[in-house]
Amino acid sequence: MQDLGSAMTAAVALVRAGDPAVLRILALSLQVSLAALGIAALVGLPLGALLAVARFPGRRLVVVALNALMGLPPVVAGLLIYLLLSRSGPLGRYGLLFTPQAMVIAQAVLITPILAALTRQVLEAMWEEYAEQLRSFGAGPWRAVPTLLWDGRFALLTVLLAGFGRAAAEVGAVIVVGGNIEGFTRTMTTAIALETSKGDLPLALALGLLLMLIVLGVNALAQGLRDAALRRASA
Amino acid sequence: MTRRSLLLSLLAMPATAQAQDRFITLASTTSTEQSGLFGHILPAFTRETGIAVRVVALGTGQALDVGRRGDADALLVHDRAAEDRFVAEGFGGPRRQVMYNDFILVGPAADPARIGELGDVAEALRRIAAAGAPFVSRGDRSGTHAAELRLWRLAGVDPLAGRGGWYREVGQGMGPALNAAAAQDAYLLADRGTWLAFRNRQSLTILAAGDARLLNQYGAIAVSPQRHPHVKAAEAQRFIDWLCGPAGQAAITGYRINDEQLFFANAATRG
Repeated sequence: MQDLGSAMTAAVALVRAGDPAVLRILALSLQVSLAALGIAALVGLPLGALLAVARFPGRRLVVVALNALMGLPPVVAGLLIYLLLSRSGPLGRYGLLFTPQAMVIAQAVLITPILAALTRQVLEAMWEEYAEQLRSFGAGPWRAVPTLLWDGRFALLTVLLAGFGRAAAEVGAVIVVGGNIEGFTRTMTTAIALETSKGDLPLALALGLLLMLIVLGVNALAQGLRDAALRRASA
Repeated sequence: MTRRSLLLSLLAMPATAQAQDRFITLASTTSTEQSGLFGHILPAFTRETGIAVRVVALGTGQALDVGRRGDADALLVHDRAAEDRFVAEGFGGPRRQVMYNDFILVGPAADPARIGELGDVAEALRRIAAAGAPFVSRGDRSGTHAAELRLWRLAGVDPLAGRGGWYREVGQGMGPALNAAAAQDAYLLADRGTWLAFRNRQSLTILAAGDARLLNQYGAIAVSPQRHPHVKAAEAQRFIDWLCGPAGQAAITGYRINDEQLFFANAATRG
C-alpha cells in the first residue's frame, strides 16, 4: 500500500512538472493508438457491417475466425509484423521497422478483428429488425451497409472505444516492432515495462496511472460527444 | 505549463519526432540502456555530429540477430565469442573493444549458501548448487547469460540439473531477472552497471566480486554494407570511431551513479 501511495505522489509530480519527455511519450501513445484506430475503423467497420448483412457460403466460418482473431496474442502479432517489416523480410525495403508507423500497423492488425467482430454483432441485430423495411425501399444488402453504420453509430462508438482501449493498453506488439527507442518509439506501455525492468516500481505505476487517466479522458470525451449528438437528435 | 502550450506540444510531436533525419539504429544490450549510460553519452555524440542514435535495447544474442537481419547499423554488445562468430560470418566488423565493467554475484543478505567473503566465483557457484539455494538465470541468450553459463562450466557444475528446482531461468532482461531474484531471495549473476542503477533491491546485496573471471567486456561492430547495402555504414563507423576515440572514452569514464564509475573505457588496450 505504501508503494501505491508513493506511485500516486509520483504521478502527481509527473503531471505537475510537465516533463517534456513524459509529454512526448504520452503524445506518441495517443497518436499511435488513434492512428491505428482510424485505420482499423476504415477496414473493420465496413467489413463487420458487410458480414452482418451478406449471406454467402462459409460466412459462419469467417465469423468464427474473426471472433477468434480478437484473441490474437499481441506478441504474436508483433512478431509477424516484425518479420514482414525487417530488412530481410518481404517489406524490408521500406525501412519501417523500429518506427512509429510500424507500431501503428501492429496495433491496427490487432484491433481490426475486434472492430469487425463487434460491429457485425451490433449491426446483425439491427439488420434483423430493419431488413424488411430497407428491402421495401429497394435497398439490397450492399446499399444497407452505410445506412446501418449510420443508424448504429452510437452503439458503434462503444465498439471503437473497445478497440482504442486495447490499442492503448497493448505492449507486447509495439515493443517488438517499435524497439522502445527513447524519444522516437517509446510509448506509455513500453516506458512502463522499462521502468519496471529498472526496478523503479513507483515511477512505473505512476506512468500507469497517467495512462489510465488519458484513456479515461478519451472515453469521457467520446461519451460527451455522444450525449450532445443524442440531445441534438431528440431536440 | 499552461493548458494551451500542453495542447500545442501534443500536436507538435510528429514533426519533432521526425525532424532528426540523420540517424543510425544501434542494437545494444539491456545493461547499457538500463544503467543509464546511453542517456549520458549519446547527446554529446549527436551534438558533435548531428547524427541521432536510436537505441534498441535487447539481449546480446537478440541484438546480434537484429544485426544479421540488417535491422541495425551498429551493435554494442558483450559476448566475445558470439561477436567473433558474427564477424567471421561476414555480417560486420571489425570488432572494436570499447569498455568493460564487471559481473557480480548478487544474493540475499542472509546468504544461505555462505558464499560471502569468498574471492573465488567458481567455488561460490559450487556452494550455491550444493546448497540447492535458489538461483535466477537470465536464460535469454544475452551476454550476461553466456557469461553465467561459462562460469558454471568453470565451476564444473551443470545447473540445468537443477531446472524446475533451485535453478530458475526467467528468459528476460537484467532488470526483470533482478526483480525475480529480489522477490524469491535468490542468487544471480548481474552486471554491475544495471545493479547500480537498480532500485528494487529488497534484501539483495553483492556477495562475490573482483574475481578476474568476472570481467565484462563490451565490443562495438558496424554492420557490413556488403551484406546489407541499405545500412548507414559511414555514420555507423563515425559513431564507433567516436565511441573509441578520446571524446567517447571520456564520456564513458565520466558516467557515475552515487560517485561510482559504471564503465571503464579501454578502447586503447588490445582486446
